Amino acid sequence: MKFKKPLLMFCTLVLVLMLAACGSKNNATSDGSSAAGTTTTEDKPAAEETLGGSVLAVGSTALQPLVEQVAQKFMGESQYSQIQVQVQGGGSGTGLTQVSGGQANIGNSDVFAEEKLDADKAKELVDHQVAVVAMAAVTNPDAGVDSLTKQQLVDIFTGKVTNWKDVGGKDEKIVIVNRPASSGTRATFEKYALGTKTEDLQGSIQEDSSGTVKKIISETPGAIGYLALSYLDDKVKTLKYDGVEATEENVASGKYPVWAYEHMYTKGEPAPEVKAFLDYMTSDTVQNGDVVELGYIPASKMEVKRDKDGNITK
Amino acid sequence: MKAIDERPVGIADNPRPGRFKKHHMEDFAGRSYTTICAILLIVIILSIVYFVASKGLATFFRDGVSFSEFLFGSKWDPDGNHGEPQFGVMPFIFGSFATSILAAVIASPLSICASLFMTEIVPGWGKKLLQPVIELLAGIPSVVYGFVGLTVIVPALRDMFPGQGIGIAAGSIVLSVMILPTITSIGTDALSSLPRGLKESSYALGATRWQTIYRVILPTVLPSILTGVVLGMARAFGEALAVQMVIGNAPHIPRSLFESASTLTSVITLDMGNTVMGTPHSNALWSMALALMFMTFIFVVIVRLLERRNRI
Repeated sequence: MKFKKPLLMFCTLVLVLMLAACGSKNNATSDGSSAAGTTTTEDKPAAEETLGGSVLAVGSTALQPLVEQVAQKFMGESQYSQIQVQVQGGGSGTGLTQVSGGQANIGNSDVFAEEKLDADKAKELVDHQVAVVAMAAVTNPDAGVDSLTKQQLVDIFTGKVTNWKDVGGKDEKIVIVNRPASSGTRATFEKYALGTKTEDLQGSIQEDSSGTVKKIISETPGAIGYLALSYLDDKVKTLKYDGVEATEENVASGKYPVWAYEHMYTKGEPAPEVKAFLDYMTSDTVQNGDVVELGYIPASKMEVKRDKDGNITK
Repeated sequence: MKAIDERPVGIADNPRPGRFKKHHMEDFAGRSYTTICAILLIVIILSIVYFVASKGLATFFRDGVSFSEFLFGSKWDPDGNHGEPQFGVMPFIFGSFATSILAAVIASPLSICASLFMTEIVPGWGKKLLQPVIELLAGIPSVVYGFVGLTVIVPALRDMFPGQGIGIAAGSIVLSVMILPTITSIGTDALSSLPRGLKESSYALGATRWQTIYRVILPTVLPSILTGVVLGMARAFGEALAVQMVIGNAPHIPRSLFESASTLTSVITLDMGNTVMGTPHSNALWSMALALMFMTFIFVVIVRLLERRNRI
């Protein structure tokens, strides 16, 4: 016993110290990461091979898988092996808050910063559009509907139409599977497919993760929702929007309007190691490789452009 | 071995007996060490309370939402998508209470019977079999419960009852399984710490085993079992993920148990990542966290009161 007590005490002390050390280390990475980058450049401005430091990208869960995969590849490249890229989820709002507050180097977002942040805060952020994600309305296969017009979708999501037979389907109650009102995916769908904000109706289902949304739609008779193109398969019925099929070509040519940019925001011009990562992200190999592979559409392929107010230019 | 070796060395090293004796040093070290740990703990708890309160109270003082509008309003539209922003959290408070009370109602009889089975009816193999199973239940992560709920319970309810299967009923069933271990283990502890004399006197008076259980044992351990039920409810009240997956999350007071509803926790987890710090929406979520914390305090107070009654 006499021997054990100090040992126990020592172990606990070590644990406490370790916890304390953890805290300070976290602070150091979040605050010091950009500082580390700038010192590197001051020392050796031209030598790109020795670029070091760490990059923290936080935000959108819709973009997270792509950024994670590209980050792994990026760190595997020999000239960037000194750069540590960390990717975290948390949602578009978190990403924008953290990049604006300086806790993260990159804020991933599904929406334009102007839609979430105050105008003067949004002005400080630099937008890097890395990919395009398109969405389609989907139903449970037994609803018996193949295509819906914009007006029909609005009627369904505002609760005016509650039975599939009113839009040419079976006699079955419509179950709406929505996203939370604050979600970027929902904002995109409402803005470009419905053209109006909708309310959460009594009895509608709100889920945040695309996987859960798909599971519920595929299992619930009469369910309707919306998913990114990468989630579509034959378990759910993909609807045409105003008769236009949701395909990559139609999105790229501007015929199919329900799409949004995936943004990676930096505060001011990015530090060199952040810029290296963003350049890698927009390079042709990644754009035509990982971006396509994970079901996004490369930003470079788009024949039309859209600004934050929704104006489309060829 | 080592301990015995150390003793004479320790005494020999200390030439001035009476000033810094080894056991005084030990005493001092132990005392300061535990004090530091306790202070650290208090600081952590106080800073959490302060942080949540400072964020949560901003809704009322900075964003100018009235207290009664927040608690009793039934319309939730914090971003003001349809006119004025509205911060009524009544539907969520209702959802939280409905799911946790229903979960306790489902779980309590099961847990009480399980603990009676383990202690009174088959103390031998019953305990050997049930104890690990109950402990296993306590160790399953809540995502797993949610996923099982979504895959098994929701479709089953959809087939049996009108509606989509999602809703308060599915949420309470999932929660009731989650709080089973809490109530059972507290009940078992209470039952096994009963003085033997109590049971033996009852038998000596000619009571059967069943009469002894429900006339003598159950009334005696009732406060302890209630403590378990309240703790279980507190856990159900605070559970977020599993409930969020099966309850549907519509910000309305549901018309039936099988219609989409929300709880305080499910709305917080759902909206947290999508809101920007400092906005009224984010502050409203913090206020809901504050309300949750307040509810936890109330549960703790109830447990304390029950324990006091138990001490007779």
